[in-house]
Amino acid sequence: MSFVRKEFSHVLRDRRTLLILFGMPLVQILIFGFALTNEVKDSKIVVVDYARDDASQAIISKFEASHYFEIEKSAMSHDDIEKSFKQGKIKMAIVFPANFNEDLLHQNKGQLQIIADASDPNTANTITNYASSIIRDYQSQLDMTTSVPYQITTKTKMLYNPQLAGAPNFVPGVMALVLMLVCVMMTAVSIVKEKETGTMEVLLVSPFKPILVIFSKAVPYLLLSLINVASILLLSVFVLDLPVNGSVFLLFAESILFIITCLTLGIFISIKTSSQQVAMLISLMGMMLPTILFSGFMFPIENMPKVLQVITNIVPSKWYYIIVKSIMIKGLGFSFIWKETLILLAITLFFLVVSLKSFKIRLS
Amino acid sequence: MRTIKFLLQKEFKQIFRNKAILMLIMVMPVVQLLILPLAADYEVKNINLAVVDHDHSTYSQKLISTITATTYFKLTGYNASYDEAFRMIELDKADLVLEIPQGFERNLVRENVQELFVAVNAINGTKANLGGAYLNTIIQTFNNDIRVKLTEHDNSIQQKTVDITVSNWFNIFMNYHVFMVPGILATLVTMIGGFLSALNIVKEKEVGTIEQINVTPIKKSHFILGKLIPFWVLGNIVFTLGLAVTWLVYGITPVGSLLVLYSFVSIYLLAILGFGLLISTFCDTQQQAMFIMFFFVMIFILMGGLFTPIESMPAWAQVVSRFNPVSYLIQTMRMVILKGSGFRVLLGNIGIIAIFAVVLNVWAVLNYRKVS
Repeated sequence: MSFVRKEFSHVLRDRRTLLILFGMPLVQILIFGFALTNEVKDSKIVVVDYARDDASQAIISKFEASHYFEIEKSAMSHDDIEKSFKQGKIKMAIVFPANFNEDLLHQNKGQLQIIADASDPNTANTITNYASSIIRDYQSQLDMTTSVPYQITTKTKMLYNPQLAGAPNFVPGVMALVLMLVCVMMTAVSIVKEKETGTMEVLLVSPFKPILVIFSKAVPYLLLSLINVASILLLSVFVLDLPVNGSVFLLFAESILFIITCLTLGIFISIKTSSQQVAMLISLMGMMLPTILFSGFMFPIENMPKVLQVITNIVPSKWYYIIVKSIMIKGLGFSFIWKETLILLAITLFFLVVSLKSFKIRLS
Repeated sequence: MRTIKFLLQKEFKQIFRNKAILMLIMVMPVVQLLILPLAADYEVKNINLAVVDHDHSTYSQKLISTITATTYFKLTGYNASYDEAFRMIELDKADLVLEIPQGFERNLVRENVQELFVAVNAINGTKANLGGAYLNTIIQTFNNDIRVKLTEHDNSIQQKTVDITVSNWFNIFMNYHVFMVPGILATLVTMIGGFLSALNIVKEKEVGTIEQINVTPIKKSHFILGKLIPFWVLGNIVFTLGLAVTWLVYGITPVGSLLVLYSFVSIYLLAILGFGLLISTFCDTQQQAMFIMFFFVMIFILMGGLFTPIESMPAWAQVVSRFNPVSYLIQTMRMVILKGSGFRVLLGNIGIIAIFAVVLNVWAVLNYRKVS
C-alpha cells in the first residue's frame, strides 16, 4: 500500500506532466470534434465566362447561392487560371465557352469545362461532384417542360451519423490513443527512470516482493486512465452531442481490459530497456505510431497493402477501437465483440507471461 | 566567433558519438516515408457493398453488374432481406446497402419512375459521402443508358444537356501519394527537429553538465546558437534524404525550384528548432520535455492541414492555424512540389516563418537562465 502511495505522489508532484495528461484528451476531443472535418464548403472558385449570356449567368448565380462555393473572381481570361491556382487559394475553375446558351438552345447541347486543383484528389473529387450536381440541377430545370421518362431516383440514408460529422469516427480513436500514451509511455518511462537514477536497487532490496513493486507502479496510471476515459466520454456526450448508444458498463469493462493490456506492454518495455530515452523512443515508435497508423481511425485499413493489413492485427488498439465503435456508436452488445475481447485478453496474457519470465531481481 | 566554433565542435562530437540516435535520425525518416504514404491512402475505393435484390429482374441484375464492374465497389453480400444486410453493416462486413424493391423493372417501364434505397454506414463521413456519390453517379449513368435505349425510336423527346468536361490539374492521375508525400516529409522534418532540440538542453540539465557551461563566460546567445546550428545541419540532411526518397521511390520531383524549397525549409528549421529549445529551457526532465513537445507537435500536425483541409475548419480553428508553423510548411511544400509556385507567391509565407524564427529564438535566449 505504501508503495502505491509513493507512486501516487511521484505522479501528482509533476504538475506540468499532469496538466498535459489531462489536457491532452480535452484538446484532442476539441480538435477532432470541431476543427477536423472533411466537409468541403465555401470552396473558392473562379469563373471564366466567355459567353456572358442568360444560361451562363443563371448557372453562375446558382453557384453563388450554394454554400459549397464562393466565387472569388469572375470575368478573367484563361491564362489567369493557372496563376490563381498557383497562389493556392482557388480550388476550381469553371469555363463557359462563347455561345454557350446558343448551343444549348439550338443544338440541345452546351459544353462547359470544370478545372479542379487536383493536388488534393479527395477534395477535387468532392467539389467536382457538387459542381456537377448543381449543373445537373439547372439542366433538369430547363427540361421541366418536357418531363423526363424512365427515371430512377435514389433515397440515401446515412446510418449512425446523418450529419457526416467527424466525431463518431474520431472519439473512439482518441480514446485508444490517449490510453496508449498514458499507460504504455508513462509506465515504461517511470520504471526505467528508477533504474537510471539508481533508486530501483533500493526498492529491490526491500522486503517487498519485487513483482509487487512493479505492479504498484501501474496502479496510479490505471486510475489516471480511468479518469481520462470518463472525461472523454463526458466531453463527447455533452460537448459533441455524441451519446453512448450501448451499455456504459460494458464500455468501462472493456476499457479496463485495454488499460491493463497497455500497462503490461509498458512494463514489458521497461523490463527490456535501461535508459529513459530508449524507452521513450520505443514506446513512441513501437506503440504510438502503430496506434495512429494501424488502428484504422485515421488511415483506412482496407486501402493498405496486404502486408500492412496483416500487421494491423497485432496492434491492440485496433481491436479496442473496433470495440468502442461497436458499443458507443452502433450500440451493439457483448455478443458482437467477444472475438475482439478475446484477442485483447490473449495479447495481455502473452506480454504478462513474457515480462514475468524476463524480470530479473538483480541488476546486472 | 571562436566560442561558437568550440561549442559546435562539442555538439557535433556528442551527436556523432551517439551512434544509436544518429542511426535513428537517419533511418527513421526513410522508413516512415516508405510506410506512411502506403498507409495514408485516403482515396475512397474498395467499398464493400451488400445488395438486397427483391426484384430479380434483368434490369436489377444489369444494375448490379454495372456497379460491381467498377473498381470502387466490392460485392460482399447478396442478401435476402434488409435486416440481413444491416447485420453485415453492424459486423463491418459491408459499408453500403443497396436495396432494389420488388417490381423495379416493371414500375420503371410503366410508371416512368422508380426509387432505389441506399443505406450507408456513415461513421466515417468522408467515405460515406464519396461512396454514396459514386453509387449515385453509377446509377445515373445506368439510368441514362436505359433511357437512351427505351427512347431510341421516339424522337419527340429531346433533352437539353450540358456536357461537363472535368480536367484535373497538377495531379492528372489523381494520385494520392503525390498529395501526401510532401506533407509527410514536412511533418518528419518537424518531428526530428522539434524532438532533438527539445530534449537537448534538458539532457544537459538532467546529467548536470549544464552547470559546467553556466560557469564559463559563454554568452547565452552563443550557447543557444551552438545548439541551434548542429541541428539545423541535421535537419537539412534529413530533408535532403527525404527528398531523395520521394524522388527515387515515388517518382515525385518538385515542379518548382529546389532553391525556393531549400530557402523556405532552412528558415522553417530555425523556427521549429527555436521552439524546441524554448521548451527545453522551460523543462527540468527529459520526460517532461518529451511529453510537452509531443503535445504541441500533435496539435501542430493535426491542425496543419495534412489530413483535412484547413479551409473546411471552423473560423476559430483557421485563426489558430495561422499561429501554427507546420501549416505554412505543409502548404509551401505542396505549392512548390506540386504546382511549382515561385518566390513571388511565397513571399508572404517566408516572411511569416522568418518572424516565427526570430521570435522563438529570442524568447529561448531570454528564457535560458544561467542560474539554476
